[in-house]
Amino acid sequence: MSRLPYWIAVVPLLAACSGAWNDPYPASDRQSNTLYSAFIERPKHLDPVQSYSSNEITFTAQIYTPPLQYHYLKRPFVLIPHAAVEVPTPVFLDAQGRELRNGADSAQAAFSVYEIRIRPGMRYQPHPAFATRPDGTPRYVPIGDREAGGIHELRDLTETGTREVKAEDFVYQIKRLAHPRLHSPIFGLMTEYIVGLKEYGERLKGVSDAMVKQGRKDPWLDLREHPLEGVEVVDDYTYRVRLKGKYPQFVYWLAMPFFAPIPFEADRFYSQPAIAAKNITLDWYPVGAGPYMLTVNNPNRRMVLERNPNYFGETYPAEGEGDDAANGLLEDAGKPIPFIDRAVFSLEKETIPYWNKFLQGYYDASGISSDAFDQAIQMGSGGEVTLTDEMREKGIQLKTAVAPSTFYMGFNLLDPVVGGETVEARKLRQAISIAVDYEEYISIFANGRGIAAQGPLPPGIFGYRDGEAGINRYVYDWVGGEPRRKPIEVAHKLMEEAGYPNGLDRKTGAPLVLNLDATARGPDDKARLDWMRKQFAKLNVNLVVRATDYNRFQEKVRKGNAQIFQWGWNADYPDPENFLFLLHGAQGKVKSQGENASNWVNADFDRLFERMKNMDNGAERQQIIDQMTEIARREAPWLWGLHPKEYGLAHAWVKNRKPNQIANNLLKYQRIDAVRRATLREQWNRPVLWPLGLFVLVVVAFTVPAVLVIRRRERGTARADALVPAAR
Amino acid sequence: MLRYLVRRVLYAIPILIGVNVLTFALFFVVNTPDDMARMQLGVKRVTPEAIERWKQERGYDKPLLVNAAATGAARITDTIFWNNSLRLFAFDFGKAESDGRDIGHEIATRMGPSLAIALPVFLVGLAAYVTFALLMALFRATYLDFSGVVLCVAAMSISGMFYIIGGQFLVSKLWNLAPISGFAGGLSAWRFMVLPVAVGLVAGFGESSRWYRTIFLEEINRDYVRTARAKGLSEGRVLVHHVLRNALIPILTGVVVVIPSLFLGSLVMESFFGIPGLGSYTIDAINSQDFAVVRSMVFLGSLLYIVGLILTDISYTIVDPRIRFE
Repeated sequence: MSRLPYWIAVVPLLAACSGAWNDPYPASDRQSNTLYSAFIERPKHLDPVQSYSSNEITFTAQIYTPPLQYHYLKRPFVLIPHAAVEVPTPVFLDAQGRELRNGADSAQAAFSVYEIRIRPGMRYQPHPAFATRPDGTPRYVPIGDREAGGIHELRDLTETGTREVKAEDFVYQIKRLAHPRLHSPIFGLMTEYIVGLKEYGERLKGVSDAMVKQGRKDPWLDLREHPLEGVEVVDDYTYRVRLKGKYPQFVYWLAMPFFAPIPFEADRFYSQPAIAAKNITLDWYPVGAGPYMLTVNNPNRRMVLERNPNYFGETYPAEGEGDDAANGLLEDAGKPIPFIDRAVFSLEKETIPYWNKFLQGYYDASGISSDAFDQAIQMGSGGEVTLTDEMREKGIQLKTAVAPSTFYMGFNLLDPVVGGETVEARKLRQAISIAVDYEEYISIFANGRGIAAQGPLPPGIFGYRDGEAGINRYVYDWVGGEPRRKPIEVAHKLMEEAGYPNGLDRKTGAPLVLNLDATARGPDDKARLDWMRKQFAKLNVNLVVRATDYNRFQEKVRKGNAQIFQWGWNADYPDPENFLFLLHGAQGKVKSQGENASNWVNADFDRLFERMKNMDNGAERQQIIDQMTEIARREAPWLWGLHPKEYGLAHAWVKNRKPNQIANNLLKYQRIDAVRRATLREQWNRPVLWPLGLFVLVVVAFTVPAVLVIRRRERGTARADALVPAAR
Repeated sequence: MLRYLVRRVLYAIPILIGVNVLTFALFFVVNTPDDMARMQLGVKRVTPEAIERWKQERGYDKPLLVNAAATGAARITDTIFWNNSLRLFAFDFGKAESDGRDIGHEIATRMGPSLAIALPVFLVGLAAYVTFALLMALFRATYLDFSGVVLCVAAMSISGMFYIIGGQFLVSKLWNLAPISGFAGGLSAWRFMVLPVAVGLVAGFGESSRWYRTIFLEEINRDYVRTARAKGLSEGRVLVHHVLRNALIPILTGVVVVIPSLFLGSLVMESFFGIPGLGSYTIDAINSQDFAVVRSMVFLGSLLYIVGLILTDISYTIVDPRIRFE
């Protein structure tokens, strides 16, 4: 008791000395040049041949150096060299291998040849795979079970080395796409284009199976010994890729880690059974030549990227677009990048702690969850979006951008009611397109974060048209300088023409019942689905929601058992082909397990698609896209749904941050004012100590009388009124 | 005693087999091997060939429980169930389907963080709840006891999720007293343990304290307690040395059985506080349809539960010498 005042005095003193109590990071890191971020889902693959998810590419894009990359500031997105010296221009060959000269119709090309020249002098990050003994032999190959016994993580192998990146490393990685044990998600797609890749995969499988039969478990396939017809090394800094026909989108793939260099030494090192048995694999410990290297990989808790000391060196872009200069995005023009020494990514599965840590300054940037939307954003009377006072006082910056994604509601065109090419079915789909009010949906369920789609292409993708020229005239009118959804009476009329006057089947007199297959997980989904029923009820159509789990949902769509469904697509690259192929007949889900989930087949659309996909961007391509969009709008295989708008927040100490939904290697451009961050964190997170004092007082307030009562009872005589009553 | 233990261990084998069959059946009622392959290979550009290859490599191209095409013992042994479940009994958990990591190694690594939270909650909680319950028993039928019961009922009525979110908001966000989530190795882990342990203690307070109070009140009216008082023992001594000791059997029934399960951690708590323990491992595995991890965790959970029951039986003989293994 007598020491209580002492503690009351000492505790605040301790608090003042030790900084913020709620700081999750070590005190020694407070002013370090470190970016703090979070990941929600642990990455499964960091091997560039397998990695395809957005949560994985957050890491791999900083580590690997594919030949190309996107310009950080320019919009629409522009490809620029990364590991390559220049963006390659294809040479087109005819079936006899003769070059098609200028003026020849490149659409007739039997082959396209991309010759890619890479920068000399690029070096890999320090890694044990490159460590050598004095005699030049690899230090850790072969590694015995005894030596491997003391190894638990890659960093337990203390000796490292490096070497220059060579063209053969790029070729090696392309060969890895066909590796039978790696399951590259783009192997199937690339077999359609890279000459000989399919046969190469079969050959490798044969070789691998034979090695396994000989009793070697997961043996190393030295791909240098197995040439691939369509890919060749020209010299140390040049390689060629030969494609079937013309595939202009190939350059976009060259900007993805699938085509980054992998040294054979790394493949050989990780293939050793003693190493693999310790869970030390290329899938877990990447080897790259990019600006950062992964130094801590504990996806259960934390992943750390640190500056690669061997990075070849780039400079911050000197050109941007529009307001970039005014927004301070060109202040670092020409300076060497990366700016940040270290990036710490912590596992944060729940949105509430993620958001609160951002507000406390422990994460440098954050998205906005629906729960936190009202705390962060306020809508002006004119619909303009601004930050709330609380955010502004903290100096938080708001960045918004429409994502190159689309969330649509699809009709299964194989269905006898909503499908088919008949005029009636088309009018039914058009009527539903008018009735389902996506503007309302965006307002209610997305806090206004999205734009109602007018067609398959989102803004920012070539072919998208803005304004009056871009509206879907089957659903909207242009009124007062903006699109306005057609009145429901128009939809009723279409229903009548479709054979369902007032929602009743003209032939049978029965009410029209349609089925929506959806994945439903929680109360939020119920509200959405109830809303959807109301939209259909505007047409007196009874919408039956068949809620299911994602597995069954996929199965239904795959087998063509769904009638109406909701789905989405995120762009792989900024080309209209990457969206319009979702409606291409050859991609039919039921017929060929492709990505056309509606199973829509339209001969005119498909013919135009085949022409459009191989064209360079220009007036002619735009014209064809306009025609395709018009056909798609008229036939309405989808309700075009919405394109989500991404809202991102960043603290004032984060510089050079610009939303970019296509590129992922963004860390190297960002800069942190660590001193300012440390000051503000300290200011925002001063411990509030009165609750501790109150807690102590409450405990004392209960304990003291209790102790006194016990003492009194112990010392009291056995009087009748002091006897302990029986328990009730 | 040894015979009894051997018998219990032998009983455990059919139970574990039953749990395995049930887990297997439930998992594959909801998921097919194709679903698993799709989940692991991603949702974009997955070809039927890639799915077949994935299943083939992991043995998921075989029949589930009975291989009608095979003959003899192979009808049973050449199945997914046999190939995947039998080795669990040798504690060979295999590799996770989502990332190919060794499950045994993951379990060993994640056990520590789970225990770092569960053990303090268990030990401090047990001491705190028993003490509070004894105090309520001491002050039974007074306003203090009544207030305690009201507090317990109120605490029981609130969802565990509320304690987590409320705790994070008050302690970390409003008062800035502890990190809101995260974990660190070594001694610095204590900073991250404060809040989840406190939340765990508060969340379990109502139910446990009220239960223990009921047990103590049952004992407190027994003849031996009256005799102890008549001997002139202090009330505190009566409670601790007589009531508490004799109330231990029902307490042990509930307490010892959960000790082995502490290794498995808490599903929700670990997710919210970013604790890299076995609870979050299990949740992740369920979400990613990783059957290898799910079956390993269920097997481990049921095994630890059986161990807990055996330990409970043993503890009975320690606290009550009249109990014998028969």
